[in-house]
Amino acid sequence: MSLSTQTLKSQLQALSSKSVSSVELVQEQITRAKALNADNNAFISFNADGAIEQAKQADQARADGSTQPLLGAPIAHKDLFCTQGQVTTCGSKILQNFVAPYNATVVENLTQAGAISIGKTNMDEFAMGSSNENSAFGAVKNPWDLDRVPGGSSGGSAAAVAAGMVAAATATDTGGSIRQPAAFTGTSGIKPTYGRCSRYGMIAYASSLDQAGPIAQTAEDLAIMLGAMASHDPKDSTSATEGTEDFTRDLGRSVEGLRIGLPRQFFTEQLDDAVASTTHQALAELEKRGAVLVDIDLANIDLSLPAYYVIAPAEASANLSRFDGVRFGYRCENPKDLNDLYERSRSEGFGEEVKRRILVGTYALSASFFDAYYVKAQQIRRLIKNDFVAAFEQVDLIAGPTTPTPAFKLGEKTDDPSDMYLQDVYTISANLAGIPGLSIPAGQVAGMPVGLQLLGNYFDEARMLGVAHQFQQITDWHSRRPEVSL
Amino acid sequence: MTLSTDQVRHVARLARLAVDDTDVPNIAQKLNGVMELLDTMQALDTQGIEPLTNPLDRTQILRPDEVTEVDQRAHLMANAPAQKDGLFLVPKVID
Repeated sequence: MSLSTQTLKSQLQALSSKSVSSVELVQEQITRAKALNADNNAFISFNADGAIEQAKQADQARADGSTQPLLGAPIAHKDLFCTQGQVTTCGSKILQNFVAPYNATVVENLTQAGAISIGKTNMDEFAMGSSNENSAFGAVKNPWDLDRVPGGSSGGSAAAVAAGMVAAATATDTGGSIRQPAAFTGTSGIKPTYGRCSRYGMIAYASSLDQAGPIAQTAEDLAIMLGAMASHDPKDSTSATEGTEDFTRDLGRSVEGLRIGLPRQFFTEQLDDAVASTTHQALAELEKRGAVLVDIDLANIDLSLPAYYVIAPAEASANLSRFDGVRFGYRCENPKDLNDLYERSRSEGFGEEVKRRILVGTYALSASFFDAYYVKAQQIRRLIKNDFVAAFEQVDLIAGPTTPTPAFKLGEKTDDPSDMYLQDVYTISANLAGIPGLSIPAGQVAGMPVGLQLLGNYFDEARMLGVAHQFQQITDWHSRRPEVSL
Repeated sequence: MTLSTDQVRHVARLARLAVDDTDVPNIAQKLNGVMELLDTMQALDTQGIEPLTNPLDRTQILRPDEVTEVDQRAHLMANAPAQKDGLFLVPKVID
């Protein structure tokens, strides 16, 4: 089996034992990724020359005795992270020619750890979407079935990992954008605690919800990646002072006696029957190893969807006001005055879903409706957080499905925004509360992957990754890969 | 709450988005589908609940008010759609 389709850990071992050079591995990865991209469109741009140059330096550094944890390993960045000197589009026409003047802190941290980015992955425009069909650069196709969506908004990163174009990729999650695509593509993904990774240089969608995290094949790879990505950053005013830690420390820990809460509100008629039984089978595996399953209530969780779709668009409408055609980004032709410049640059530059969320957010923040929508949503956000805080007094972890169904067909939900929003029904509460959440492959339904979601207490990522790793020691869903033709 | 086509035009103006008159009914219809979802919040009494703005209930981190960044002007201006003498150009606003 080619090294390019193996886990990050295997690649790092091969690099460190010098059985392969970084130049060889990076070259092999780029060749494979470019060939597969014609079918799945997971990448918006490649950084071939730059990556090879960095790989040469990594090989030299290794010869000189460097022990950086990710030295010479090829990865990819979601095209939402600013990468200095490279086009950073955020999946939008309005930024199609934007060359980032600096690196995001997450990018900088991974570079310092020795990782090499081979390119930027596709995404829903401004991270708004659950199918990757909202990209100005074309939809991403799910490598398991090219007629199906890979999920979104980090659909490019998830598809790239699933197809073995890269072993690990950065992603972001505002309402499920790491976990839902991970579930749809049979990959593993973690959204850390709010503030764990710096938002500096991440193009903002909803600042009180946005959080960076990795997508990879295994929980162990996630732990390696997250250790390099996380940091306390004075450049992000909501960065958590906890910073990074050794997220691999609990990988070997047994699940004996672990108390796992199953929210009754996650297992209702909304959940596809086959996904429900897959989820229960996965949980039974943990139970066999000594975990204790406990039914719990998250009484206000049903209101997380409407609360999210007020708060996120409200913050987005403010964040996206910076795109005005003056300082950077797309500018319309022949504006007749300043207002025409603003209005047409924005209308021509933004896609339909982005404009819809700006309108919803502007409406929710307007003086007459501020209390009825924005304040109300923030009050519900408090209640949802309180539900989780109370639950974690009884249980160590919460588990359930990541998504109500497996990946749906391209075009299936594009006409009805509210139907698309229901995709996020199990994931968004973690963003509202700020707790960490992850998704790992738990089984398949009709040949398509299904994800198991674990939600943890604040800053408890290491424990969650340990449980996920233990699950991956007793099942092999994470090592099943789609058949792709080169 | 349902948005009328006039309200859609008003909100679009506030958001600095140009909308075609022919598109307004369709935009209104899809927005109202979303509003129907949002209005399910109104069923819950939240009187007296403190709104949550930061999920960790932390305040923003402050730093000493000192200049720490180097001059990035050339870098930043490189992305400007129109510029002259290091200044951003916009259509004339004062006659």
